[in-house]
Amino acid sequence: MGRTLYDKIFDAHLVRSEPDGTSLLYIDRHLINEVTSPQAFESLRIEHRVLWRPKSSLAVADHNVPTTDRAADIADVVSKVQVETLAENCESTSVQHFGMTHAKQGIVHVVAPEIGATLPGMTIVCGDSHTSTHGALGALAFGIGTSEIEHVLATQTLVTRRSKSMRVNLTGQLPVGCSAKDVALYFISIIGTAGATGYAIEFAGPVVTSFTMEERMTLCNMSIEAGARAGLIAVDQVTHDYCRDREFSPKGEMWVLACSEWRSLQSDADAVFDKEVSVDVSALSPRVTWGTSPEMVVGIGDVIPDPNEVDDESRRGGYVRALEYMGLEPGTRMADISLDKVFIGSCTNGRIEDLREAASVVLRTGGHVAKNVALALVVPGSTQVRLQAEQEGLDQVFRDAGFEWREAGCSMCLGMNADRLEPGERVASTSNRNFEGRQGAGGRSHLVSPAMAAAAAIAGHFIDVRQLEAWQEA
Amino acid sequence: MQPFSQHTGVAVPLPRDNVDTDAIMPKQFMKAIARTGFGPYVFDEWRFKDPGYYGKPADERVPNPDFPLNFPRYSRASILVTGRNFGCGSSREHAPWALQQAGFHAIIAKSFGDIFVNNCYKIGLLPIALADADVASLLSAIDDLPGYHLTVDLANQTVTSPSGAQWHFDIDAVQKTRLLTGSDEVATTLLHSDEIAKFEAQHLANHPWI
Repeated sequence: MGRTLYDKIFDAHLVRSEPDGTSLLYIDRHLINEVTSPQAFESLRIEHRVLWRPKSSLAVADHNVPTTDRAADIADVVSKVQVETLAENCESTSVQHFGMTHAKQGIVHVVAPEIGATLPGMTIVCGDSHTSTHGALGALAFGIGTSEIEHVLATQTLVTRRSKSMRVNLTGQLPVGCSAKDVALYFISIIGTAGATGYAIEFAGPVVTSFTMEERMTLCNMSIEAGARAGLIAVDQVTHDYCRDREFSPKGEMWVLACSEWRSLQSDADAVFDKEVSVDVSALSPRVTWGTSPEMVVGIGDVIPDPNEVDDESRRGGYVRALEYMGLEPGTRMADISLDKVFIGSCTNGRIEDLREAASVVLRTGGHVAKNVALALVVPGSTQVRLQAEQEGLDQVFRDAGFEWREAGCSMCLGMNADRLEPGERVASTSNRNFEGRQGAGGRSHLVSPAMAAAAAIAGHFIDVRQLEAWQEA
Repeated sequence: MQPFSQHTGVAVPLPRDNVDTDAIMPKQFMKAIARTGFGPYVFDEWRFKDPGYYGKPADERVPNPDFPLNFPRYSRASILVTGRNFGCGSSREHAPWALQQAGFHAIIAKSFGDIFVNNCYKIGLLPIALADADVASLLSAIDDLPGYHLTVDLANQTVTSPSGAQWHFDIDAVQKTRLLTGSDEVATTLLHSDEIAKFEAQHLANHPWI
């Protein structure tokens, strides 16, 4: 019987199998951030343990860093200590570290692929659930907790069990105005936030193969929002082209060797998956979340759903609570919801293509951020993305239209730095989670694509980005 | 890790689905570099009406009287009973740390988030998944009887009520043994150091770009 892509990568990293069914899995790349790692380093020190292979690790300060002037350092003392602790831990253990002012700093899930630290066929872990992003390159990548960070630092392995396998076939022609983000939100709304718990997802089908690498990363990034620890996409020419000539990528003869190895990184034709799901995206419209879970999603032309139409009692309760928290009434048209803030960025949608898309919408409207939108933030996913965008003049497009152009980091996706929502504020956000309080205590989050976020910033409320021309004439 | 064998304690209901780790341990507390001190802030934005931060003194807090954990009858609760997909979202181990440090020994839910449940096993907090109907009846029993307590027995994989009603739960055999013995997983893995080193040498020779 053929093997899935997941099985192939898993098998290639199997150090030993126990009779009890657990596996010791070798980890090629360990990505580290300042938030979830300090306690792991501390435990190692207490136990007098050393790092197994420091070269496998790459640390980036991303969650706590300010996105404003960095010469002024971090005003929040507690954040500052955490960022400095990462630097000290990396210094003392010889781990490569991109600190706040490093030219390659950014969100670790944006940085690693762009410098070639993420490569096909690798096992990659990080103390962050959005590690699933790296699966876009045909790597087996998933988030771990702090105890497991310690385990990887000390042993270069993880004790784990094989996940169940799910293939998600994305079919049809993606309509103009819809993006990978809309596909991800649509998929999650169908399968639910626990729909893929226990599975590793392989995204496949014509929609996926036609996606650019950055679109694939957006899709895999949100696998965890469907409950799956890992999302994977088979290696193809897009993958090879993306990896070529990046700093950490193999060069010369080694590149040829790597490419020939990577060609096998796809599921065999006769591989059997534990579950197959097919989603046709032909009739998709841009998505907007209305509640406090990423599965609470509607189209821009829809209205807020009525909890009374939900049969399942516990689900109905969730709807009622979500609407109360969000300050929304059933039947309200999504396009009638006005906004206080707009956030464009994050490991989901903070890459150069996302910023180009958002800037192009801004240009096409020829407009300015609406008066009721107090803050429209554009936060590049990495410093390299920022510099690229500035070279293309995107920063000027945003600035001219009244957006704030910032330094790279996680920023308002989770509001660990100063970029956050105040109680009751409503945001159109290109990030990945609309949980209660996620972007600031009491804040109300609506997840959308970069194009929809840009359009919403100009309009001051949600608006169908596909109707931009009609909107301009009106 | 402390071994876990059996625990009896007051059960507190949290009848919600999809309780995410951001709700269990909001991000502002994750700026701490310590592994302890999170207990007072578990479910912070639901338990308190004032904005919290790591180290905020207890006497400055304004508890939300409507949140179950603040009901006097649940003040000594050590078993949380909740809905589907508990602990979904972020991988932060701070969430199970906070629950454990707030005095919880076991979480009974209809289902769990994948990374969360894994993190619980690593620190000796027992996650117990029961059928939807069993959790529903537990939730209503807790409501009906102040001081309702449960006994969780890991060796026998049972949850027992004051009236003697009993539910069996499934648990991964490996996790069960680790919890019962409280073994150090890193130390156990390092017993295989030679095997890891041998694998690594071959693996890196075959994939020199890694």
